[in-house]
Amino acid sequence: MITDWPLLSLVTFLPLAGAAVILTIRGDDALVARNARNVALLTSAMTFMVSLALWNLFNFDTAEFQFVEQRAWLPGLGVTYHMGVDGISLLFVLLSTFLTLLCILSSWHAVTTRVKEYMVAFLVLETMMVGMFCALNLIPFYIFFEGVLLPMFMIIGVWGGTRRVYAAFKFFLYTLTGSVLMLLAMLVMYFTAQTTEIPALMRFPFPDDMQRWLWLAFFASFAVKVPMWPLHTWLPDAHVEAPTAGSVILAGVLLKMGAYGFLRFSIPMFPDASSYFTPFIYALSVVAVIYASLVALVQEDMKKLVAYSSIAHMGFVTIGIFTPTQQAVEGALFQMLSHGIVSGALFLCVGVVYDRRHTREISAYGGLVHRMPMYALVFMIFTLGSIGLPGTSGFIGEFLVLLGVLPVSSLVALFTATGVILGAAYMLYLYSRVIFGKLEKPALHGLLDLSKREILVFTPLLLMVLWMGIYPTPFLKVFHTSVTTLLENNKVIEVPALAAP
Amino acid sequence: MTYVAAVFLPLFGALSAGVFGRQLGDRGAEILTASSIGVSFILSLLIFRDVVGSSAVQTVPLLLWIQSGTLEVAWALRFDTLTAVMLSVVTCVSFLVHVYAIGYMHHDSSIPRFMSYLSLFTFFMLILVTADNLVQLFFGWEGVGLASYLLIGFWYDRPSANAAAIKAFLVNRVGDLGFMLGILTTFILFGSVCFDPIFATAAVHAGDYVRFLGVEWHLVTVICFLLFIGAMGKSAQIGLHTWLPDAMEGPTPVSALIHAATMVTAGVFMVARMSPLFEYSQTALTVIAIIGASTAFFAATVACVQSDIKRVIAYSTCSQLGYMFFAIGVSAYQAAIFHLMTHAFFKALLFLSAGSVIHAMSGEQNMHRMGGIVSRIRVTYVMVWIGSLALSGMPFFAGYYSKDIILEAAFGSSSTVGYFAFWMGIAAAFMTAFYSWRLLFMTFHGQTRADEKVMAHVHESPAVMLIPLLILAIGALLSGWIGYETFVGQHRESFWGQAITVIAGHNAMTAAHHVPLWVQLAPFVVGIGGILLAYLLYIYMPVLPGLFSSVFNRVYQFLLKKWYFDELYNALFVRPAFAIGNGFWKGGDGALIDGIGPDGVAAVSRGVAQRLSHLQSGYVYHYAFAMIVGVTVFVTWVTLFHLW
Repeated sequence: MITDWPLLSLVTFLPLAGAAVILTIRGDDALVARNARNVALLTSAMTFMVSLALWNLFNFDTAEFQFVEQRAWLPGLGVTYHMGVDGISLLFVLLSTFLTLLCILSSWHAVTTRVKEYMVAFLVLETMMVGMFCALNLIPFYIFFEGVLLPMFMIIGVWGGTRRVYAAFKFFLYTLTGSVLMLLAMLVMYFTAQTTEIPALMRFPFPDDMQRWLWLAFFASFAVKVPMWPLHTWLPDAHVEAPTAGSVILAGVLLKMGAYGFLRFSIPMFPDASSYFTPFIYALSVVAVIYASLVALVQEDMKKLVAYSSIAHMGFVTIGIFTPTQQAVEGALFQMLSHGIVSGALFLCVGVVYDRRHTREISAYGGLVHRMPMYALVFMIFTLGSIGLPGTSGFIGEFLVLLGVLPVSSLVALFTATGVILGAAYMLYLYSRVIFGKLEKPALHGLLDLSKREILVFTPLLLMVLWMGIYPTPFLKVFHTSVTTLLENNKVIEVPALAAP
Repeated sequence: MTYVAAVFLPLFGALSAGVFGRQLGDRGAEILTASSIGVSFILSLLIFRDVVGSSAVQTVPLLLWIQSGTLEVAWALRFDTLTAVMLSVVTCVSFLVHVYAIGYMHHDSSIPRFMSYLSLFTFFMLILVTADNLVQLFFGWEGVGLASYLLIGFWYDRPSANAAAIKAFLVNRVGDLGFMLGILTTFILFGSVCFDPIFATAAVHAGDYVRFLGVEWHLVTVICFLLFIGAMGKSAQIGLHTWLPDAMEGPTPVSALIHAATMVTAGVFMVARMSPLFEYSQTALTVIAIIGASTAFFAATVACVQSDIKRVIAYSTCSQLGYMFFAIGVSAYQAAIFHLMTHAFFKALLFLSAGSVIHAMSGEQNMHRMGGIVSRIRVTYVMVWIGSLALSGMPFFAGYYSKDIILEAAFGSSSTVGYFAFWMGIAAAFMTAFYSWRLLFMTFHGQTRADEKVMAHVHESPAVMLIPLLILAIGALLSGWIGYETFVGQHRESFWGQAITVIAGHNAMTAAHHVPLWVQLAPFVVGIGGILLAYLLYIYMPVLPGLFSSVFNRVYQFLLKKWYFDELYNALFVRPAFAIGNGFWKGGDGALIDGIGPDGVAAVSRGVAQRLSHLQSGYVYHYAFAMIVGVTVFVTWVTLFHLW
């Protein structure tokens, strides 16, 4: 039976094996580069296939962890190697494998220096990301969670832009503070509950006071990753300095780690603290949505603009996660997936012109539609996805979050919803400055439209945006049972009935 | 099958022309899109025959869309009389505009793209009118907004076109925000977003209240307000109208189809569709009547002084939409939809005729540089006459039936707000006639003010443009007369069936047929007055307009600047948004957060940072180190703890 195979270990460590193979490649530079690319592509494609198999074999009717593997690891401490996925984590595994595959494809010609190391870094990154979403024990989780940052630092630090050291330093400073606090919290949890198993911890009733301190410690780590206002300033810098594919993974998957952490730890393990701090989360998220949108409006750098838009979109996510209604949590999860696809695609769109002109200044462009009609179309569709036009993936998430939060707090819903207007403003303003207008700048006259390889990268993303917008059922179906169980276990605070039935 | 095909054929046309435009060629794209819509029109007529005969609503389910918790939204098409009327009007005008565009756009370099957008628009519009639930209606609603955005900015080389396109999208988004919140509130109250369950339980929930910010709110009123904000955006009602005049940057066929005949009437359609809900909120209806009447009046005043031929017609559209809304405000939904239909014909006719003039004048749109072209483009001239007669409601033309029934219903409602609407409507009717003939005289009559080069090229449009004009002219002539009895007269009950709900006590429609004689005559009399005034000012004594504008300069400027709405909004929203954005960015992120946070720390620990920075990627190792130390500490501590 295929279900008896250690599928999760396979999907987690296959990339690592690929990385090991790449390290053994010897020969002259051109040959090494070519082989490294091929091996990386093959490995990530196989990993993606395995993750598709997971989706296919997944049982939608149970909230239990599936494909579970458990082996003794540090027996003296009761630490096990414990892997499993449920409806909350499954699709993030797919998101990681899907985006990694596209990243490797998109870096085909964009990266020419140290190709071997680059591919190794990406495959290691994939292992860490997938492992993070599958880990069911604190120790492996912590290792994967922090381990993600190593290849990411490397990618920014080695293949990044001119201010990469500053960006990496900022990133590092924020994350370090969070990590230390999280580690401390994990220690406390272990002493209290005498276990490092996540499923057991999810059932353990932590005392009220302790819950709050633990919640805050985890918050310090997760809020940086999301990033929530005012812990977000590392993100624009990191994006600007990262190479295109780095940005795709950063926006597509890394930002989701914080939100995933909230759902896996904060809410099930500290339910009382979570509801206690919900107003605090609401406040920060609403500020994030409006603040980041307004800042995005005045950006002159394309990547920074998209980065700020990510902060605004993640504001919707954090609101949804902490709202104890089915629609809000599912909306948040869906928004995370959608944002992973759309923002990843938008960074690729920036990458397309960056590869050609080597600048991200918006004012350096204008009138690209004359030379690159296909690019204009692709960029338009992702812009619409980001705006959340019905029929694209962006709409479903935002709509469900707002639907879920309205009965809980209409004021929050009202303020958050203004993000919908602002989102349209900065994206369309960006689009019109880059794509429309006369083609006046001489440097732009020789630009070529999307190449075959670029089309190959964009097509799956494009189909995803439309598929998730028009027929989101296969995705929402994955969430249902797990989210229901999550909410039930947390003795949902009764949603005040807005009206008599 | 017929039902699905009628809606999806335009999408097929749009995608084919959009994707295979190069392979199809200009002519291929034109034929494909136009014929798709043509077939769709014929199918719509079949549907109309089917639906109007039977009283039952027909629903065609397609696919599950969104399911989460108790929310369930499906893609489904719904057909009743209201849908059938809209379906026929939209496909008919759309088909004619497609044909007209073949002639109008033939110098353009991207014809397939244009035809594709037009068809895409039509598809979204059909989804909008056939929607079976509010979310799907919203999909069509935002979709037509997208198509409108793309078409306003069709000539993307022009900065003004891009600005107008963004403005249209954003102003509509403000309305859409209201619409979306309305949908969400509807779901909370009714537990569903589908029309049937909402309509079935509307009466039950009519007494529900909610507490918000310490005040008790009537829920149905809240919902109706929010939905109406959406309608105001789409249908350019006062306050959210500013995008419509700017939208004239788009090619003229677009103005005719989207910004006159179909999309802008979506708001009217939506409120009529939701009539079972609006009926239970007297407050909302009153507000709708006031907003509608004010828009009718306001837009007419502005139309009287504009010099761009398309802008005059655009403000006229705005004003006519105002009529439709105040009809709804007095529960005369049937009259509103009737006017919607006749208006679609004569306003499309006027716009396309204006296009024919612009085409003849080599792209000139300023009426101050026209004149003296009657003999050169006679057919167009006759068309403008027919359109103007219909618009100003001269006897036996379409507007005569539909506008008069609206005014009579307003009067017949015997409420304060009804009388207010009536008098505003009468004032607007006077101005409507005035600006229509002002346009006609300035454009065609007198000495020409165009230069010789333009005049040398003045020519009548080709048949492919004139035939659609002729068909629309027939509509402008006859649609009122043909439709009167069925839409608003004796047969209205059996015609509308379940499509429109009017609760007992709201009897403006009945009362409209029993108003005093002077009420029936008033629109006609003021209309003649308006025409005579225009004749006096622009033919008999052409010096007068200049004189008036300098004597009453304040008033003239106020009207010319469109009541300063744009200036106000720029000062209130646009400039502050950019200023605050900059402030947050430089001050908030830069100085405050980074200053205290990372940069501050960096400054303190500069020594450490400097030592590390020459390692290039030193932080990586540093970080790895920190992590390993962390794990080590953890493991050691735990082990010790156990031993201890």
